[in-house]
Amino acid sequence: MEVLLYLVPLAIGLGALGLAAFLWSLRNGQYDDLDGAAWRAIADDEPAETSSTPAHPASAQHR
Amino acid sequence: MQSTIDFSHFLKRSGPDRLRLDLAVDGICCAGCMAKIERNLSQIPDVTLARVNLTDRRLALEWKAGAVDPALFVVRLAELGYKAYPFEPAGAETREADLAGALLRRLGVAAFAAMNVMMLSVPVWSGSVGDMLREQRDFFHWLSALIVLPAAAYSAQPFFASAYAALLARGVNMDVPISIGIVLALAMSLFETATHAEHAYFDAAIMLIAFLLAGRYLDQNVRRRTRAFASNLAALKAETATKFITDEEIRTVPVAAIRPGDIVLLRPGERSAVDGAVLSGRSEIDQSLITGETRPTTAIAGSAVYAGTVVRSGALRVRVSAACEATLLSEISRLLENALQSRSRYLRLAERASRLYAPLVHATALLTMIGWLVAGATLHDSIVIAIAVLIITCPCALGLAIPAVQTVASGALFGSGVLLNAGEAIERIAEVDRVIFDKTGTLTLPELDVANAASIPADVFDLAGRLALSSRHPVAAAVARAAGAKAPLPGIAEVPGQGVSGVVDGVDIRLGRPSWCGADEVANQILQNDPEASVVAFRHGLMRHVFAVRQRIRPDAANTVSALQRVGLSVEMLSGDREPAVRAAAETLGIHHWRAEVTPVDKIARIDELARHGHKVLMVGDGLNDAPALAGAHASMSPVTATHLSQSVAHAVFLGERLAPVQAAIAISRQAVRLMRQNLWLAVIYNALAVPLAMAGLVTPLIAAAAMSTSSLLVMLNALRARRQRETA
Repeated sequence: MEVLLYLVPLAIGLGALGLAAFLWSLRNGQYDDLDGAAWRAIADDEPAETSSTPAHPASAQHR
Repeated sequence: MQSTIDFSHFLKRSGPDRLRLDLAVDGICCAGCMAKIERNLSQIPDVTLARVNLTDRRLALEWKAGAVDPALFVVRLAELGYKAYPFEPAGAETREADLAGALLRRLGVAAFAAMNVMMLSVPVWSGSVGDMLREQRDFFHWLSALIVLPAAAYSAQPFFASAYAALLARGVNMDVPISIGIVLALAMSLFETATHAEHAYFDAAIMLIAFLLAGRYLDQNVRRRTRAFASNLAALKAETATKFITDEEIRTVPVAAIRPGDIVLLRPGERSAVDGAVLSGRSEIDQSLITGETRPTTAIAGSAVYAGTVVRSGALRVRVSAACEATLLSEISRLLENALQSRSRYLRLAERASRLYAPLVHATALLTMIGWLVAGATLHDSIVIAIAVLIITCPCALGLAIPAVQTVASGALFGSGVLLNAGEAIERIAEVDRVIFDKTGTLTLPELDVANAASIPADVFDLAGRLALSSRHPVAAAVARAAGAKAPLPGIAEVPGQGVSGVVDGVDIRLGRPSWCGADEVANQILQNDPEASVVAFRHGLMRHVFAVRQRIRPDAANTVSALQRVGLSVEMLSGDREPAVRAAAETLGIHHWRAEVTPVDKIARIDELARHGHKVLMVGDGLNDAPALAGAHASMSPVTATHLSQSVAHAVFLGERLAPVQAAIAISRQAVRLMRQNLWLAVIYNALAVPLAMAGLVTPLIAAAAMSTSSLLVMLNALRARRQRETA
């Protein structure tokens, strides 16, 4: 049962990591356009320069 | 034209040397449009960001300051086939976006906490309790407390705040039992944990919060989305004004940048975007949008000009007294205020349900506790059972039932060209039993059309159309539009008050007043048969033709009216226009109840009279004169071509030339309200089954949580059925 002392904090740590990732993506405005995001994932002819824009820091400043 | 637009009002600094512009784009429909726009605009040198938001139909652009003229973007989009216009998000929209973001953050926190606590509580509950040492169980409970207490303190704040506000106002709302349930469950769980008891309720409490937040977020999303569409529409109507920078120099600016005291130029054919007084010039003014009266009045120096009116013949210099949404007659604004006040007393279905529900929940929990005490249980056990009742009755399903249906239904409505403006729109539209239409601009199309196009030879029509392009008179514009003319003829001169003329292949051609073209006889004949039409004559050498131009009834208006009558709604028409015009339209459309020459006061009076007789009226109108009636009616809709004011007070706005969206809105709303009722009944049935079990002390928190989730899922699945109306409508 001592294994719980490692596993439980580990599991909670992973949960906290997931939460942090969620909060980060929320702050980056990744939930602003869910319709667009659904299509972007399957758009095949997207050129390289626009595919890098989602991560552009400026999008975080909007709203 | 577009290159003269002054963008400075809309540009924002987004970095030391970066400028940012948000454009509302019309015509984006799919991922293809999105990729095309982004690819094209990001190819412009020095553009660092071109990103389409498909949900809001907007385009965000950033570029190096000074490197690009923003007008280029609009031109480039026009080449691609999209109409774009800069916009400013309204204050309300920004606030709602912030609110939706905050709700999503709280929902995320609650959901992650719930998942982690479930991981800890499932082993405790799933039968291995016997195998577990007391210390281990306590350890798990303390860990749960560690996760849930801060998470609940953060994510349940909206409920606490709302419950506190309701209690301060000496009332009770849905959030009061929710807050009591959460706080009691957490406090009791902490006590149980500290006293090494077997049960704790942390998991149930946090899951409750997560489900309720999901409902709130859905609710908020409907509002946020419609608000975004509304401000896009406002921007895309692209009101511009020609402003005098100096006495000699003029510049086209967005109306948003016009301030009272500015002097603007109104040219023939232009719709005024401002209120003001004429400084100089003389013209005829078409006030049909405000009064419904289609005959023009004369404006000279000193006359008042109102937003929404069309200048017909001469140019006017106008000193602005009010611009944008501030422009309206004081009487209309007063009527509007009264009408809006009576509207705010309306109670939404969810609120009505929760008013009944909240006291019932408290009473049940309290009675359960008293009952168990009387029956001889300890205080501790009685409280535990009472908490189980509070948790299991907590209106998860109720909290999700209505927002979920609203979200799905607003998607279906959008699919049929209807945008919702207000949260209660669906419920209001579903309740109506009478529809009142305005005539001008609502049953008829806002733009004029050539009525006798069939009797005019195609080559003559072509030539006249190209000639008409040189005039800004609305009647000439109608001829140009009907002819589909693209290229204006060269060397055309305008004769003020008469028309336009020129020479083509050595032949003198004219388009204008019948007397000027020598076609009085034909014109009089047309006017005798059709007194509502306006005429414009065309002379080509010895040939004479007369175009009869009139308002055209929306293509499917008659079908829509009869379809509405078939589903048991009585249809009525109230118009500010003169009687013959109204009578003719009513006869064409098969509307038996109609009144002509109605003032805004009369319209309100008629709606009040119907309301007193127990009728629920849906008002459909577009003009400034309809705005008070739109605000006063039980439900209201406006076409997208309506004035700002009418759109902002209407419950819904419909797009396109057709009137079918009105009928679809009623059908979808009725279906949605049926589903809302079903969902409420589902919640009631769930409670009727679960509450007696909880009162009997048979429900463990794990079962309570599972029951809660099941009822919520059921309600969500039922809500998805609102989508099916899309195919049948």
